[in-house]
Amino acid sequence: MSDLEQLEADLNQRIADAADETALEAVRVAALGKKGAVSERLKTLGAMTPEERQVMGPAINGLKSRIADAIAARKTTLANASLNARLVNERVDITLPVRPASLQEGRIHPVSQVIDEITAIFADMGFSIAEGPDIETDYYNFTALNFPPDHPAREMHDTFFMPEKEDGSRMVLRTHTSPVQIRTMEAHAEAGDDIRVIIPGRTYRYDSDQTHTPMFHQVEGLVVDKTSHLGHLKWVLAEFCKAFFELDDIKMRFRPSHFPFTEPSLEVDIGCDRSGDKVKLGEGDDWMEILGCGVVHPNVLRFGGYDPDVYQGFAWGMGIDRIAMLKYGMPDLRAFFDGDIRWLTHYGFPPLDVPSLVGGLSR
Amino acid sequence: MKFTLSWLKEHLETDADVRTLTNALTMVGLELEDLHDPRDLLGAFTIAKVIEAKQHPNADRLKVCLVDTGLGDPVQVVCGAPNARTGMTGVFAPVGTHIPGTGLHLESGVIRGVESNGMLCSERELMLSDDHEGIIDLADEAPLGAIYAEWAGLDDPVIDIAITPNRGDALGVHGVARDLAAVGLGTLKDRTPASIKGEFPCPVAVHLQFDDDTKQNCPAFALRMVRGVKNGPSPEWLQKRLIEIGLRPINALVDITNFVTYDRNRPLHVFDAAMVTGDLVVRMAKDGEEVLALDGKTYRLDPSMTVIADDRSVESLAGIMGGEESGCTADTTDVLIESALWDPINIARTGRTLGINSDARYRFERGVDPAFTVPGVELATELVMSFCGGTPSDIVVAGAVPDGEVVIDFDPAEVKRLAGLEVSWVEVKRVLTLLGFWVAGNEAPYKIAVPSWRPDIHGSADLVEEIVRIIGVDRVEPAPMPRLAAVTQSALTVGQVRDRMAKRALATRGMVEAVTWSFIPAAAAEAFGGGSPELKLANPISADMSDMRPSLLPGLLEAARHNADRGYFDLALFEVGQIFADDTPEGQRRAATGLRRGAAKLDGAGRHWSGTAGPVDVFDAKTDASALIAALGGPADRLQATADAPAWFHPGRSGVLRLGPTVLAHFGELHPSTLADLDIEGQFAAFEVFLDAIPIAKQKASLSMPALRASDLMPLTRDYAFVVDSDVEAGRLIRAAAGAEKALIDDVTLFDVYEGEHVGAGKKSLAIAVTLQPREKTLTDEEIDAVSGKIVKAVEKATGAVLRG
Repeated sequence: MSDLEQLEADLNQRIADAADETALEAVRVAALGKKGAVSERLKTLGAMTPEERQVMGPAINGLKSRIADAIAARKTTLANASLNARLVNERVDITLPVRPASLQEGRIHPVSQVIDEITAIFADMGFSIAEGPDIETDYYNFTALNFPPDHPAREMHDTFFMPEKEDGSRMVLRTHTSPVQIRTMEAHAEAGDDIRVIIPGRTYRYDSDQTHTPMFHQVEGLVVDKTSHLGHLKWVLAEFCKAFFELDDIKMRFRPSHFPFTEPSLEVDIGCDRSGDKVKLGEGDDWMEILGCGVVHPNVLRFGGYDPDVYQGFAWGMGIDRIAMLKYGMPDLRAFFDGDIRWLTHYGFPPLDVPSLVGGLSR
Repeated sequence: MKFTLSWLKEHLETDADVRTLTNALTMVGLELEDLHDPRDLLGAFTIAKVIEAKQHPNADRLKVCLVDTGLGDPVQVVCGAPNARTGMTGVFAPVGTHIPGTGLHLESGVIRGVESNGMLCSERELMLSDDHEGIIDLADEAPLGAIYAEWAGLDDPVIDIAITPNRGDALGVHGVARDLAAVGLGTLKDRTPASIKGEFPCPVAVHLQFDDDTKQNCPAFALRMVRGVKNGPSPEWLQKRLIEIGLRPINALVDITNFVTYDRNRPLHVFDAAMVTGDLVVRMAKDGEEVLALDGKTYRLDPSMTVIADDRSVESLAGIMGGEESGCTADTTDVLIESALWDPINIARTGRTLGINSDARYRFERGVDPAFTVPGVELATELVMSFCGGTPSDIVVAGAVPDGEVVIDFDPAEVKRLAGLEVSWVEVKRVLTLLGFWVAGNEAPYKIAVPSWRPDIHGSADLVEEIVRIIGVDRVEPAPMPRLAAVTQSALTVGQVRDRMAKRALATRGMVEAVTWSFIPAAAAEAFGGGSPELKLANPISADMSDMRPSLLPGLLEAARHNADRGYFDLALFEVGQIFADDTPEGQRRAATGLRRGAAKLDGAGRHWSGTAGPVDVFDAKTDASALIAALGGPADRLQATADAPAWFHPGRSGVLRLGPTVLAHFGELHPSTLADLDIEGQFAAFEVFLDAIPIAKQKASLSMPALRASDLMPLTRDYAFVVDSDVEAGRLIRAAAGAEKALIDDVTLFDVYEGEHVGAGKKSLAIAVTLQPREKTLTDEEIDAVSGKIVKAVEKATGAVLRG
């Protein structure tokens, strides 16, 4: 073995033996440093004859290059080993539970969710949203809606009254969202605009039992133009019910009834099966009333500032809480307003489940 | 409104079965509430004969009966009834029958070793009475094998329908029959009462004593005496009918008035003439007058109420309830029959004031047929004479039945215009005629005269309703609404968008939306700035629901308490809803309010291996409020926080987020005294954001956004620690630093607050990091020093701070 071969073998052994980067660096200095073994050999080239140099030059330079490569390779190996050791050291128990994200914990109340669903459907049919105050005048809540004074129809409304004022008048808590019909018409009467609105909101009746709460939510619809009639009303409600209850086919029954502010007046039942614990829609031979509706009474149009010989329209109103219960199966209306965290978490909706017609009303 | 099928058939000639009839009632607007058909329950019970009853071998009180059901071989039945005996006729239930009185399903069995295959029934088992002394014991001629209920006449279905307030005419069976005839389910029978000639003048005169303001309260009053009657129980058929519809038979004279009330929607009153002193005067009550009414209660009257009085006292509350003293009893021999017209509004008010709900009030409020005032007396007379004998007087009528015939000009095209229903004039005419309207004219508009029993019909729209409900809503074809725009347009106002976004934004922060009552207890309202008299309900449903809420916090606190009572202590609730400053529309505002209780922090509540959440505090509330305002597009970077939150917050740990004078939000921990007053325990961080106070961004001319100004130059950060007096607000220091060189300073972050020995008593250290963003070129050390100098100087000037060495 030549001297050079011996050196290379020694250096390779020392590189292989270097246990860490510090040891390897020592080898590098000993071999390739200014006074390193390989560097010293290179210096000897100057004193050689051209013939010797021609042989030894490539040999020593080759050795230098191979040693440098060997050090680099060993360095990579050592770095990998040390990284691996660190990674092993950094291992954690990934089965440890993390805290639930706030996004998981938050909930939207079913009433809000259902109002958003209703809004998505009617917005697509060209309706906008109108609102009005909860504390109403007798005029907007009754008189302008064609309730004659002292008529039994007023008594059927079980009204909450505010204190009597000096002039003898008293405000009421609105018993339905219908006063907003008049307010909306008044706002548009001068321009003679066509109206397509829905009116969601809180309503109040002096009533409290298993199926009634003194506060509840209604959504009202109003269309006023020069052409809309009972046939359009039937179509709108049928399309709404299919979209809202997410059923391709839903049986509906329109029954004549009476409301002072519509004529003809109808109540609408949907077909269902009540034989089990829960009401099932879209099947069975039972009926469940879900809303009241009708053609806007001429007097109501007049009160709103529209000429009933020129304009016409229709209106409907339904209980938001009730259709929410029907769709999502909550058994008890009273629980809606308890603020019980268990109920809210169970029946509420995740915040990013925003109902839309594109993404689906529910999931 | 209840009646029986047989009663209906007295007014309607029909072959239709009860289901067809009741379905039709629903579809004409007389909604079926309940149908009680005894045949559904009693159809299996048949008449049977006991061939032999002998002592049970193993039981003293039982008998073994061999029963001939008339339907094949005799059946053996073990029976415990003391009256079971050989040869008797009774009511038999075969195995498999549901026994309504016990709720049991009858099965065959072995009783004390003897087989029993059926049952002999008591009245209680059939729910006919409470009698359970023995089994039903029928006369021998009862036909063997026949259905007992049919033979006994117990099979008359009872129909209960809901009457809408406009349909007083359907509060009589005759009116119900008219609607059914109109839909083609039979023919309305002519039941016009015969006129009965009086045989002597009515000895009691009637005086209507009203002035011009009150005379509408009684337009007409008809009276007749029937002399020499013998009052007693009414005939069995009438008693049975009244019982079936839930009324109590009293005596023939009283039962007749109830019958006519339900038969024709014509309430009547009968006086015992012997108890009436002098003439009858119809007038307004005198203040403080009293009357003992037939319900046994004494009512104190006022001058708004109409009464019938004699020389002695008030005898009857007009149109509502008769008086006890002149009521008819078994001793009555001379009866006065009253049929009068009363003003619906006056009756409604009086009834409401006195709290009396009677069949008469119910009908007069909704309107009776004025034209039937006198016929009502005739019908009653006929029945009185038939049941009780007697001799009738002439009829006296005080006042006059108004002849207010309503005639409507009607164009049948209105049916198409309003209801979208194509219908021929012939059909319209047929329907209206069947309903009792008079139709005249050869072309539109036709003249339509409204029958006297339909005071609810005023104009064309009412006639359209009549036609639609009789012809059938089902014939109205659904018609698509034209689309207003090819692509759905935005439907929401800014306020509505904010409402929705506020809910979603808070829910993404882990908060749960509650919907709480709009009315809260007075103490809670007062504790949160409310309780003004105009916002107190005059008739609250309970003391806990008396005041319109000035804030959403009381409702949420109550919910938190409710949950804590069930062991749920750490929770984050919010509500977005209306609050009330006064009773005007403008006084109703929208708030988004939330509270965190216990350790319900944004990052999670309670104990956890990664670190246990501490109690919620003012800064949790401030974060929620600020985040919400930012989410709603509010000017989060320009908000000022001031320490002047309302009294229900902790005075030292709460604040207001505002833009100058405009308050956008309150936030903070709640005042311990407020919580104590409401008896609520726990640590709360709460906020209330006033949604309509957040300014609406100006509509921009273009939707295009300004160009992004992103520098290629590295931003650099310098830290400064200042020592200030303890009461110096950090916000002031930050604002001063940020304003020192606006062109360069991008951001100021306060990263440390220190109070302690290193800065001395009454002092604190505030450390800030200021980010400088060079725009044109890299900053030189001199330029950086210059900016630093400005920052230090500005902070010193604004806060009296000293830069820490």
